[in-house]
Amino acid sequence: MHVATSPAFKENATKAIGNAGLQKALARSGPSFIARRAAAVAGLPEFEELRNTARDIKNHALANLDFYLEEYEANVVKAGGQVHWCTDADAARAAVLSICQRVGAKTVTKGKSMIGEEIAINHHLERHGITPVETDLGEYIIQLRDELPSHIIAPAFHLNMEDWEEAFRKHHTDLDPAREFLERRDILTEARTKLRSSFLAADVGITGANFLIAETGSSVIVTNEGNGDLTQTLPRVHIVLASIEKCVPTIEDCTSLLRVLARSATGQDFSVYTTFSTGVRRPGDLDGPEEYHVILIDNGRSAMIGTEFQEMLRCIRCAACMNHCPVYGAVGGHAYGWVYPGPMGSVLTPGLIGVDQAGHLPNASTFCGKCESVCPVKIPLPKLMRHWREREFERHLSPAAYRTNLGLWAWFARRPALYRLATRAAAASLGWFGRKKGKFASLPFAGGWTGGRDLPAPEGDTFFARYARAQREGTL
Amino acid sequence: MSKSLVLNAIRRGLRRGELPADQQTMLRGRLASHPRHLLPARSRLPHPEQINLFVRNVEKEFGSVARVADLSGVPAAVADYLTAHNLPSRLAMAPHPDLQAVPWNERPMLEIREGRAQATDAVAVTQAFAAIAETGTLMLPSAPERPTTLNLLADTAIVVLRASCLVGAYEEAWDKLRAEIGGMPRNVMLVTGPSRSADIEQTLELGAHGPRNLHVVLVED
Repeated sequence: MHVATSPAFKENATKAIGNAGLQKALARSGPSFIARRAAAVAGLPEFEELRNTARDIKNHALANLDFYLEEYEANVVKAGGQVHWCTDADAARAAVLSICQRVGAKTVTKGKSMIGEEIAINHHLERHGITPVETDLGEYIIQLRDELPSHIIAPAFHLNMEDWEEAFRKHHTDLDPAREFLERRDILTEARTKLRSSFLAADVGITGANFLIAETGSSVIVTNEGNGDLTQTLPRVHIVLASIEKCVPTIEDCTSLLRVLARSATGQDFSVYTTFSTGVRRPGDLDGPEEYHVILIDNGRSAMIGTEFQEMLRCIRCAACMNHCPVYGAVGGHAYGWVYPGPMGSVLTPGLIGVDQAGHLPNASTFCGKCESVCPVKIPLPKLMRHWREREFERHLSPAAYRTNLGLWAWFARRPALYRLATRAAAASLGWFGRKKGKFASLPFAGGWTGGRDLPAPEGDTFFARYARAQREGTL
Repeated sequence: MSKSLVLNAIRRGLRRGELPADQQTMLRGRLASHPRHLLPARSRLPHPEQINLFVRNVEKEFGSVARVADLSGVPAAVADYLTAHNLPSRLAMAPHPDLQAVPWNERPMLEIREGRAQATDAVAVTQAFAAIAETGTLMLPSAPERPTTLNLLADTAIVVLRASCLVGAYEEAWDKLRAEIGGMPRNVMLVTGPSRSADIEQTLELGAHGPRNLHVVLVED
């Protein structure tokens, strides 16, 4: 089980910036995600309108979530499946384990699932003598290395070719030492061969769900490799892990969301495999599972409904926000310290593990607004991060110096005349002291700033003074 | 127990109890009528142009398409494809009436076994229920005559598609499914191109766990 290191975000970030391998991976992959999404969006003139549609569908689903979840369950049962309602991670782990034990499972294959990471299902199964095998290529190497994913759709975002080879040589003990891994294809072939036997041997297949559909009782997965489909088709038992906010009313609603999902995520028009699973093997079917279970998990979601964080529940986990985030681009996903990195993680993580644990994350933002501008369901991520900063302040969780200075600033800000006087005096004196070099390499109480860069010396009037003059002169 | 805890927590958040009966009726109406949202203009075309759009999109996604005039052209198209790619001529085939009606004996070299796919199968042939021009996507619902494993296990997947089953947008394919099959089959796969992964250094490689090759034989009926 991975303990959250989110409280150590600052130390994590410093280490990440000094990690040459990580920096190589970030420099290679960051720009390509942005370019691919931009190309896909340019190819669909209706994209902006579809973002509004997507937002409205999720808002409608959330406003009636209790109703749609009950409809969903009724339709799962009609198709021969079963829904297991779980209030928290403990209950979800217990439900999965009890199904696996009842059917005598020895090995379990897994499709990629972020909720699976959130409830740390693999470690729980291992502790009880059941071997889980991640089958998504990225998740597979993360499992070999016993790490958390560093990105929600590209778990091995932080790794380079040499890391893959090293992990395979260490863990694939039957591997011929003379075998060469010259190209990415060689890595892929080795993983494909190794995992093929796991698919065939597994007793239970566990997948996540991108959507649950109330109209039909279906769970939907979106993948490119086909591993999720093999996971849910070959074993006798299929278990779906899904959090409650995945539920949407109809196939048409789901279809509209799918139109913005892949384009926002990988920049594909549509993922290779978009698969709708509904219940158990039907009479006459030659393949498919005989049992179908949905582990329906709350784990903190219902507590966000009706709060300023409700909008976060629209998230469809495309990762566009982290792909466009300058902070993620500088430090990668592991610095965030838990399952969900980037802007969406900075909003979701404090809600799930507590702002006392994850308070640094909503502070680790420049508020450039790029995340919100690319979000396919228009979540106002900077606004939600600001709400966490407010909560942190209200609960006296922020550091003393920060609180004192913020208090000092607020005192002046409420007295405009004094504020102008003080800023004018500060600008003038800084300008005078820095008049020779035009900048400061170090300043008392500002080491946090000048440690990494110079502070330019102010020139001329304050902003207020210039603004007032421009208004007077009509040049604004 | 857990169910009522979750539902009550949601209702507390929404500051209401269970939805009033009239609102439930309205939402049931929405489920029953499943209204469409915006359909992108790109697929709003005459049928022949939808076919061309479909072919372009399949090829863009690294699949291939052979166009034949009728079912009797299928054996030659399949045999030619296998020869051109140096693939074995043993096929695992879906027991679908459309495929059973194909005059396979015209190509005696093709060795055909009907049923689901086995792990050792190199080439699988199945039938598409529908296809979507918008993104070059095949709709493959599970059925006794269309086993899901044929879409997944073989290295090469060949899909026979009647042009008359091709539509512009996903919504039209779902309506066709509702009209012709009724309820939701156990599994509906929407397949767009061959399997791939970009997990190694975010660089695309074809043929991850599913088929490396996806070939569509388009029957222009």
